[in-house]
Amino acid sequence: MKYLDEYRDAELARKYAREIARITIRPWTLMEVCGGQTHAIVKFGLDELLPKTITLIHGPGCPVCVTPLELIDKALEIASRPDVMFCSFGDMLRVPGSKADLLSVKAGGADVRIIYSPLDAVKLAQANPTKEVVFFGVGFETTAPATAMAVFQARNKAVKNFSLLVSHVLVPPAIEAILGAPDCRVQAFLAAGHVCTVMGFEDYIPIAAKYRVPIVVTGFEPLDILQGVLMCVEQLEKGRATVQNQYSRAVSQEGNRPAQALIREVFRVIPRKWRGVGEIPRSGLGLNEAYAVFDAESKFGLAELQIEEPSECQSGLVLQGRIKPNECPAFGTRCTPEHPLGATMVSSEGACAAYYRYRREPVTA
Amino acid sequence: MCLAIPGKIVSINGDDPLTRMGKVDFGGVLKEASLAYVPEANVGDYVIVHVGFAISRLDEQEATKVFEYLNEMEDLSELQESAAVETAPPQHPAKKQQR
Repeated sequence: MKYLDEYRDAELARKYAREIARITIRPWTLMEVCGGQTHAIVKFGLDELLPKTITLIHGPGCPVCVTPLELIDKALEIASRPDVMFCSFGDMLRVPGSKADLLSVKAGGADVRIIYSPLDAVKLAQANPTKEVVFFGVGFETTAPATAMAVFQARNKAVKNFSLLVSHVLVPPAIEAILGAPDCRVQAFLAAGHVCTVMGFEDYIPIAAKYRVPIVVTGFEPLDILQGVLMCVEQLEKGRATVQNQYSRAVSQEGNRPAQALIREVFRVIPRKWRGVGEIPRSGLGLNEAYAVFDAESKFGLAELQIEEPSECQSGLVLQGRIKPNECPAFGTRCTPEHPLGATMVSSEGACAAYYRYRREPVTA
Repeated sequence: MCLAIPGKIVSINGDDPLTRMGKVDFGGVLKEASLAYVPEANVGDYVIVHVGFAISRLDEQEATKVFEYLNEMEDLSELQESAAVETAPPQHPAKKQQR
């Protein structure tokens, strides 16, 4: 497929790897922010092409993985109601809540539907006026414009039986939280290309300057990731810390203005809990007052529910890049994709799931 | 989750910018996508589609940069080497950083 296959050229990938090895003098630790990048790195073995002195650690960029337990429990509570048609992206169905997951609730008779686009949920609501249709709005900035459009259209069309369980999170505050931690090892970031497609990269310029870290907006194909690593290492070796755009075929500095306008119309920035990490200020989206009637948490009286995370799952450490998935004692034994302890083992972009699928044996790098 | 796939717009339905839909060809598989966020996109353009929404029109010129970057670096290092031979102290050629 055009714009995919040509970015998987093995010969050019090896050339990139040689160039990275040629310019690398000192050891460096880079974090790829997005779970899609983690998946590509592990699937194509890109980290194994790099010099041993370059460490890639996997960031928190999987919205499924960072959705807190309490929101999963709220989803389960809402989905179990007989009058509800609960719509979600497929990734969320097997994420464990305190006692169950959406798939088992569905098996028990709840009307849980996997949808492709948030707009499908609005259509379902119009077609089923006697049902309450709830969409589980999970995602980063990439997905927020789609969720925003669903709510916007629901209001324009006066669809009263539609509501949204919001779990939208924002990337730059999470990067700042990682950089602000006293034991932070990350020296450069591959920023998430599709998040920046929507938001641009102006927000990263002050972060790069404040923490003296290179940030390279990077795509998802092997050549994209290798070029992103090369650009990071070039900056590190020269002592520079700027924002560069590797993914310029899809990303501009200002991002997608119409999409940003609709996000601002529907949502406001609020503090959000990240699973395994805790609350990060200004790191999420909640509905604006004008759209508050579409808030499923208030509609179903669940706003006050609070649940603490279980202790055995170490996904918080994985999401912050402090341990590799296979360093967790439960990895591959008490925690597998069939019986996951946490979301990082469930989501196709979770670091634990990627390691389980492609790298069961620990790699001695 | 942020998976977004490039595809080619083969037809467009509707004039209202907020509800404009396109039929997008992903290597032979056709799917509808909202074009609300790519008002500049036309039939024949490639867009990146995420959960039923085109979120960016791909820039054909920028798309080739990844193939040229290493050559550019090679040219640059040759330039640096010859500058180092010809002049003392060596000049550091200005390099395009913001791509």
